[in-house]
Amino acid sequence: MKKIVVLAKQVPDTTNVVGNAMKEDGTVNRAALPAIYNPEDLNALEMALTIKDKIGAEVVVITMGPPKAAEILKHSLYMGADRVLLITDRKFAAADTLATSYVLAETIKSIRDVDIVLAGRQAIDGDTAQVGPQVAEKIGCNQVTYVSNLKEFTEDYLIVERDGEVQTEVIKTTYPVLLTVTAEANTPRYPNCRRMLQYFRAGLKDNIREKELIEAEQNGWIIPVASMADLNLVENRCGLKGSPTRVHKIKSITLKGGDLKMYGAAATDIKQLVRDIMHDYVGVN
Amino acid sequence: MKTVIFIEKNPVSNQLRNVSLELTHKAYTLSNPLGGEVVGIFTGESIPENSDELFQFGMTRLVYFTDERLRHLHSVAYKHILEQMIRSEKPDIVLFGATHTGRDVAPLIASSLKTGMTADCTQLYIDEYKDKGKILYQIRPAFGGNILATIVTPDHRPMMATVREGVMLLPDTRLNHPVKTEAFPIDFNDAWIQGEFLEIVPKVKKVDFNSANIIVSGGAGVGSAENFRLIRELARALGGEVGASRAAVDFGFVEKDHQVGQTGSVVRPKLYIACGISGQIQHRAGMEESQKIIAINKDPDAPIFGIAHMGIVGDLNEIIPVMLRYLKEEN
Repeated sequence: MKKIVVLAKQVPDTTNVVGNAMKEDGTVNRAALPAIYNPEDLNALEMALTIKDKIGAEVVVITMGPPKAAEILKHSLYMGADRVLLITDRKFAAADTLATSYVLAETIKSIRDVDIVLAGRQAIDGDTAQVGPQVAEKIGCNQVTYVSNLKEFTEDYLIVERDGEVQTEVIKTTYPVLLTVTAEANTPRYPNCRRMLQYFRAGLKDNIREKELIEAEQNGWIIPVASMADLNLVENRCGLKGSPTRVHKIKSITLKGGDLKMYGAAATDIKQLVRDIMHDYVGVN
Repeated sequence: MKTVIFIEKNPVSNQLRNVSLELTHKAYTLSNPLGGEVVGIFTGESIPENSDELFQFGMTRLVYFTDERLRHLHSVAYKHILEQMIRSEKPDIVLFGATHTGRDVAPLIASSLKTGMTADCTQLYIDEYKDKGKILYQIRPAFGGNILATIVTPDHRPMMATVREGVMLLPDTRLNHPVKTEAFPIDFNDAWIQGEFLEIVPKVKKVDFNSANIIVSGGAGVGSAENFRLIRELARALGGEVGASRAAVDFGFVEKDHQVGQTGSVVRPKLYIACGISGQIQHRAGMEESQKIIAINKDPDAPIFGIAHMGIVGDLNEIIPVMLRYLKEEN
């Protein structure tokens, strides 16, 4: 039986900036964006569950983030994860990819004997695609990035397709290995009804009423939490202190006005537009 | 200010990737005024056929290690070799193309060197920073392209960054730097080769934005995969390439290869025709540097009109057929 860790992140939904998420000055109100499960992390979880369904595996989903990020862990339980862990500590705040990968790698080491680490290729808030490889480097295992298809897997190896831009690479790798998964790899499953009934009361210990704690504990409804101290992490490598990069400046993007020439939608106007295009551009190809 | 550039080739054509030339030129403009070298580092089975071109864009030296076992991207091996080269060169700045190879290997090296790395930069410049002297300022879009963040790495060296292909421009003029290549000694360890490449399937390149002067793109407003035929026809009539917004790709109107934007390709054609594209920041990040932008959209308040030079408010399904008719006439 394989042990699989899935790295997940809760992110603001940057792909659907509509309505009240735009401020009057044309910039994005980040606080108004809904928090969602990073899309490609769902593809990573789906891949883990596919392996579990066929050859048996223990699937552990971990996330580093504020307490609210427990929401995606609950969703992971609905989908079929066996275990989840919220890694949270005020000292993790403002971590860049180096500090984040340190915390995640140490957590994976503490889970022990992990065969496969799966992560989304990148998160939609930062789009860096750095955390996956940086975790692989720290735990010292092989990696395959941009995995677009899981072709075959056994107890001893797996075969994946990697999107190599100009070519598709079919790669066989033994364990342990870290894969970063793209949206093309699969379609994440819906939450399972039975599991939703089983876990709908799951949450962080702090949010569960005291008289219900025993029942929650017996039913596995308490989402486990680990702090910097719990994981024996070095403070200087966490959060802002462990981050070599600094955000010097943030500029919200606003629409820039240009010299816009409008054409009507009548046939004669369109004819004029076509003339203008032909005059200036066609023939340059 | 010394800069090291990761040199990459297209494994199918055996030629340099454009981004390697673009970064070499960028590094030259950053390093040369401060009297710094621009050093290329390369590993693979064999150096790219046209690697001499790097010297026309400002490279000082090309350092390489070739071995037949490195024919494919063995991440662990690439990491060890390139890291040794970087440690030996001791640069201030290291730049990688934000390609599927660069984004695979560069973070491994940044992790191993315990230094900072900034992905997908759109601007790089050197300036004073507090009491640290001159450092690299790295500007990148984040948050789905809704913000531009300036990132710095004040206390760690090298300062690492990746840049996507097509973002930095090539100059019209060439330099005549002498070609200088050096084999780098590596004590190759077979344990670095992990994983086995069973098969390589070249992708049929369906989309070529680089050589297209005109791009016609469709968005959610196109309405259906069937209607997207109009976008293709207009592109064909103009001798251009077909582009798409993320929404059009997500709705399944067109294949992902056509996607322009923050998560797709960055394009700078002479003419960009945006049809049924509202102009969310994530799309604009990939096309707003186009020389001329024409927007066709039903919604007069669509943000795309904010960056367009020419516009029509109306239904593209009615307008494009008329355009096609007149294009035929004009021809």
